[in-house]
Amino acid sequence: MRMAGQKTSRTFMLHVVAWLLALIWLVPFLGVFMASIRPLSEISRGWWKFATFTPTLENYVGAWNHPAAPISRGMMNSLKVAIPGTIFPVLAASVAAYGFARFSFRGRDFLFIVIVALMTLPQQMIAVPLFRIMNKLGAVDSYAGLMVVHSAWGIPWILYFMRNYFSALPIEVEEAAKVDGASDWRIFLQIVMPMALPAVASSSVLQFMWVWSDFFLALILIYSPAKLLATQRVPLLRGVYHVDWGILAAGSIIVMTVPIIVFALMQRYYIRGMVGWVSK
Amino acid sequence: MPVLGTCPGGDSVGQTRGRIFFFLPALILLAAFVVYPVINTVWLSFQTPEGEFSFFKNYAEILSEPEIVDLRGFKRGFPYGALIHNIMWIVIHLPLTVMLGLILAVILRDVKGGAIIKSIIFLGMVTPMVVGGIILRFLFDGSVGILPSFLSLFGVARRTLTAHPDTALFALILGSLWLWTPFSMVLYSAGLETIPDYVYEAAVIDGASPLRILFLITVPLLRPVTGVVITMTFLWVLKIFDIVYVATMGGPGGASNVLALQMYMYAFRQFNANAAAVVATFLMIVALVVSIPTFRALRGDES
Repeated sequence: MRMAGQKTSRTFMLHVVAWLLALIWLVPFLGVFMASIRPLSEISRGWWKFATFTPTLENYVGAWNHPAAPISRGMMNSLKVAIPGTIFPVLAASVAAYGFARFSFRGRDFLFIVIVALMTLPQQMIAVPLFRIMNKLGAVDSYAGLMVVHSAWGIPWILYFMRNYFSALPIEVEEAAKVDGASDWRIFLQIVMPMALPAVASSSVLQFMWVWSDFFLALILIYSPAKLLATQRVPLLRGVYHVDWGILAAGSIIVMTVPIIVFALMQRYYIRGMVGWVSK
Repeated sequence: MPVLGTCPGGDSVGQTRGRIFFFLPALILLAAFVVYPVINTVWLSFQTPEGEFSFFKNYAEILSEPEIVDLRGFKRGFPYGALIHNIMWIVIHLPLTVMLGLILAVILRDVKGGAIIKSIIFLGMVTPMVVGGIILRFLFDGSVGILPSFLSLFGVARRTLTAHPDTALFALILGSLWLWTPFSMVLYSAGLETIPDYVYEAAVIDGASPLRILFLITVPLLRPVTGVVITMTFLWVLKIFDIVYVATMGGPGGASNVLALQMYMYAFRQFNANAAAVVATFLMIVALVVSIPTFRALRGDES
């Protein structure tokens, strides 16, 4: 009996600790959310105080149509980079990953390791020459340029992830198709890719999130005020004479909604992509 | 370029040649926009601004600049220089991430509503780091932030934690922990699922306490996960940039400066490409050295 009692109290404590941790983690988000829906006068008294509470969408309108850095425009611009910046590298890396999984040639494993090692590079490592290259190509301050860099940057880990997936697929189907005279491309496009759709989804979701959230590469390559991406605009929402927390918070939440929606819809694939590092 | 040799199954030469097109798009992109810039950066790091080859002179000079290492900090406090700040960041952040992630994963597995709590904690992972920086700046603000207000209940003077040299870096480290812990939690959660139930059942029958089970069964079985968590966290902290840029810009007076930010300052504010290349190359070397054990493990899996 005493043992059972001990166990119940332990389970109770565990629940208390768990929900307390959840609360701690939630507070900063709750803060920006509250700031985003309340007038500045109420925020300055503390967003956690509710003596007066007048919810408003004014901050959202203000951030969306901000005179210096409208977030609406930033959202469109970010999509223009993030969508092709996802499709392009996933295609290029998947094709190459299939090659690494199924074709044998001299130096294959070495080349693969070199590509995998590229995953660890810090973006700072390409920043200076990248600006010069893009300048020569006339692609500074252009979405095409930024998109190409994101594609190249995303390829190593997508390639790694996809190759592991392809390697785990049963090779018998492909061999049977080959005996029937199907070409490599046909086998890849009609047999292998349909089987690999979950992995394509995982790598697409992760790549999209990264491109959407990127700040550093955009900071280096995009500078015209009209072309700035969403992440570049958020810090500009700060007021001139005082920090306009309401608008800053609303802008932050608007920029966050896209990854949150993607995560909500594709949670399974997102987690699988992340966990791809540990389980094979 | 890969040399396409003969393939098992006796494919025709024409078909084998065609295989190069599987690799070309990816390899061309990598060569032009990753490998070439990397080599170029290394090259720049050995050159003077006038374009002369100077061996390690840049390294000796830059790495002893006060913005990188400032030994006076040990007498008078912050700033200690970006490199020391990065080291402090890693020393504080790394063990806490491992412990918190493991504890959260173990607790939330057994708690009702654990999935909901995981989703809440996971929000940090899908938050763009720029937004994370704004949230932290708001959280730590002296007049509108909840944390200084909460601390004032315990008699701590209310002030903007990110605006004071002695607290700015620690505030950012705390914030980065809040944003990054979900990563290790998710990896440990996935790792826990791979441990079969019978392992625990046997231990329970033997009358092992939960703590003994944790340290004698769970932790050792999760060692590969811990390896990945440590490597990825190290790399993430090493490259930390966005939240510092947005929340403090490395300030006040360089008190929260980090290497990635200093590299940006050298390159795009002071237009000293060689100094920037030195910092970047240094970051790359550390990143590569840190990831070697993980690569070994990844390669070991293949055979």
